[in-house]
Amino acid sequence: MNTDTEEKKPSLTPKRQRAVPVEELDAVTIRFAGDSGDGVQLTGGQFTTTTALAGNDLSTFPDYPAEIRAPVGTLPGVSGFQIHFSSRDILTPGDQPQVLVAFNPAALKANIKDLEAGGTILVNTDAFTPGNFKKANIATNPLEDGSLSSYRLIEVPMTSLTTNALDGMGMSPTQVSRCKNFFALGIMYWLYERPMETTVDWIQHKFAKNPAHIEANIRALQAGWSYAETTEIFARTYRVKKAPITPGRYRNITGNDATALGLVAASKLSGHTLFLGSYPITPASDILHNLSKYKAFGVKTFQAEDEIAAITSAIGAAFAGHLAITTTSGPGVALKTEGLGLAVMTELPLVLINVQRGGPSTGLPTKTEQADLFQAVFGRNGECPVAVLAAATPGDCFTMAIEACRWAMKYRHPVILLTDGYLANGSEPWKIPAVADLPSFAVSHDPGAAPAEFKPYARDPKTLARPWVIPGTPGYEHRIGGLEKANLTGNISYDPDNHELMCRLRADKVNGMTQDIPPTVVNGPEKAEVLVVGWGSTYGAITTAVNELQKAGKSVASVHIRHIHPLPPDLGATLARYKRVIVAEMNFGQLETVIRAKYLAPTVGLHKMKGQPFKVSEIKAKVEAVLAGKE
Amino acid sequence: MAETTVAPKLERKDFVSDQVVRWCPGCGDYAILAQMQKVLPTFGVPREKIVFVSGIGCSSRFPYYVNTYGFHTIHGRAPAIATGIKLAQPDLQVWVVTGDGDGLSIGGNHLLHAMRRNVDIKILLFNNRIYGLTKGQYSPTSLQGMVTKSSPMGTLDRPLYPLRVALAAEATFVARTVDTDVAHLGSILERAAKHKGSAFIEIFQNCIVFNDGAFAEAESRDTRDDSVIKLEHGKPLVFGKNKDKGVKMKGFKPEVVTFEAGKPPADLLVHDENAGAQYAYALTHIEPPDYPAVPVGVFRTVTEPTFDQLSEAQLEAAKKPGGGDLAKLLAGGETWEVR
Ligand code: SF4
Repeated sequence: MNTDTEEKKPSLTPKRQRAVPVEELDAVTIRFAGDSGDGVQLTGGQFTTTTALAGNDLSTFPDYPAEIRAPVGTLPGVSGFQIHFSSRDILTPGDQPQVLVAFNPAALKANIKDLEAGGTILVNTDAFTPGNFKKANIATNPLEDGSLSSYRLIEVPMTSLTTNALDGMGMSPTQVSRCKNFFALGIMYWLYERPMETTVDWIQHKFAKNPAHIEANIRALQAGWSYAETTEIFARTYRVKKAPITPGRYRNITGNDATALGLVAASKLSGHTLFLGSYPITPASDILHNLSKYKAFGVKTFQAEDEIAAITSAIGAAFAGHLAITTTSGPGVALKTEGLGLAVMTELPLVLINVQRGGPSTGLPTKTEQADLFQAVFGRNGECPVAVLAAATPGDCFTMAIEACRWAMKYRHPVILLTDGYLANGSEPWKIPAVADLPSFAVSHDPGAAPAEFKPYARDPKTLARPWVIPGTPGYEHRIGGLEKANLTGNISYDPDNHELMCRLRADKVNGMTQDIPPTVVNGPEKAEVLVVGWGSTYGAITTAVNELQKAGKSVASVHIRHIHPLPPDLGATLARYKRVIVAEMNFGQLETVIRAKYLAPTVGLHKMKGQPFKVSEIKAKVEAVLAGKE
Repeated sequence: MAETTVAPKLERKDFVSDQVVRWCPGCGDYAILAQMQKVLPTFGVPREKIVFVSGIGCSSRFPYYVNTYGFHTIHGRAPAIATGIKLAQPDLQVWVVTGDGDGLSIGGNHLLHAMRRNVDIKILLFNNRIYGLTKGQYSPTSLQGMVTKSSPMGTLDRPLYPLRVALAAEATFVARTVDTDVAHLGSILERAAKHKGSAFIEIFQNCIVFNDGAFAEAESRDTRDDSVIKLEHGKPLVFGKNKDKGVKMKGFKPEVVTFEAGKPPADLLVHDENAGAQYAYALTHIEPPDYPAVPVGVFRTVTEPTFDQLSEAQLEAAKKPGGGDLAKLLAGGETWEVR
């Protein structure tokens, strides 16, 4: 559905009855938390859409438990959704929420430590029962024991109020309870002066086959709004003005959605059918889900029997001339390692997307981390270079997916694109690009010689790419494989000099990809005391921290790296212009190690391994410490 | 992709590549290669439309020696790579060459899934019951108790029977042949080439260096008439130099009976290659040492939609007028205008 904010429709949002003072805020961070079954993600999603349509800039961060439905009311079952929205340009989902909506005691207990001092807590008191305290391992009722005295506590019996609102509809207590998230959403819409139209439309669409559910959910939503309006639980409402956003048409986008769209775009731009070989894995599966819906674009998706078949089927499709992709997360990459080696040896275009999660082993499937950089750059047998790119924001996943495809097809070589769980599920408003503005790239299958002279391993002098001649091309029948290739002919060769030459050529080809890397952009002064270097999903936190420090007069700049291997050719010179270099990453210093080895640069590492993204404050604290000479 | 015109008449030499064949002298692989090169020109498929895919092992060198498109891949993964090739270009004729180690040990999973999906690929499994390329360790088809380099006191593993795996995966064409019986080998290759769907052929192949004589009775011209039962659709299971032996079913168990030459009993099993997999599965139990002979030929063949056909059909069905509009896709979902 396309909605113009300017469009006038009959309003479904009731008129305010009482005069309530309005407080204007610059930015707000809200976290919804409850059982996985409480509809927390859905509530957050609805609030997000409505907020986007209201013209705020925003950033979201869903935080799921690993279990699909952990036991109700327990700490492992708590699911969270955080949204940061503002009248300014923002890049992160916010360090600390000011408002916590807790659907049960476990959700309160798991999230209270993150809430800003003096923040607001909205709880469903009906869920605060001795039974639920036990499940959440709580000794005394937190609503009564004074532990929340430093917060503004708003107690609402959401379940019973929803029950009253749905009176006479003949719904079971379970069905009624499922609607209470809309009651809470109604309260939040009142509090932040949000119209309810978008959510009402959504409910009507979503439950089109079930009119009773439509009515129940809309009643609950409106009841929540009216409750806030009539009971005076809030003394005022809050207004966050529209953000000054570049004009254009926008949509809200997650990293996984953007990645899938980027791949389809690359398929169109290159004129090559998209083939995805994939095996379900958290948090990458949504790319598979999305692409499997895009069959009208000729997209072929193959859910393979395992990670190995996922990459090898893609290698087969690449050999046969498709734009071949495989998507996974860290443990899946471990299984694909041998396949990547084959793609390097046979010099076929292939894009591997690693939506990183907490490791090692099964690790933290639903949490985010950046600890697969070494795996991407080094994790194969032999001298086995692949190009490694990394997306910086959810929307950047689109751009970098196209770039990964372009590189793979231009150089006939595997390219790894690193994203992570935070980018994958987090969202931001995304200015929809015009197709005409996307980079078009022609891909040639020219054998480069007459059949008798054809050399499968002859190289383009500029890119060192070999010809991509696909089965079905008469007269150019040839064989490739994983054994070392003789230069030019591609025949099996055990010749010592040839092996070194071929290893060198493959390395040179990948190192030569620097010709496609744009100049490094510095956020801040060309010279300063401190430079913060980051890569991947830390972009928002680092940039926000550095911008705030600059505003406070500190001598600091930042650089964000999207090309991990090869590194940007001007990076060494850039680093040299700053007295101190901090490398901030969600691992124990993997990019930092690469940078130190390559540039012999003395760096300071800022590491975080908690399955959670950086907070702006954590980066600021590190920069301040370095500036103060403490590190 | 270049257009293909009517193929000029091809000959055996057109399918011989310029690479020197490097199997051990006397290896069964030579006969299989020669037979393949002989029958390839008869398929009526242009050379550029044929792809040989292999994994790792002695048999997996095969693609280098056939002058078509070829891909010598990694250990066990050939069926998955072949699946990708076939999905990308359904009009290619795709052959997978594998062995008992490559196909049933490290690559068992891929073999199983390619067959149960009914991908239109032809899988040749050279069974020599040994690891040849790594110089003589036992394989998943080695008989229990076999003494090899890695089993000096005899193997403990119970063997896997390739045809039973293929039947369990519901491959739509399941056959067996022998490297030395070139006429039979050729006829089975031809039938596999014509089959639409996953074709699985177990080829008894002699590894002269590490497991010589594993199938001696079936391979030797002198003994094979008495050691091999040639399955022929609609014909009773009769074998022996004198055609005086046959197979009956006793309950669920096949039983070998002897009779006066030329006078087979009326209740002999009549081969039905289109019958259910359970019938073919029963036949796979006819093996030495419990039986004096082993069946070769087409155990089962049925016609079912292939994976690649189904994939193409879905793509076709998904095409709608105005579909495939990238601008529309990018602007999908909820959008808003900032002015
Ligand atoms: S080792 Fe055995 S299977 Fe391998 S080439 Fe030699 S004889 Fe053939």
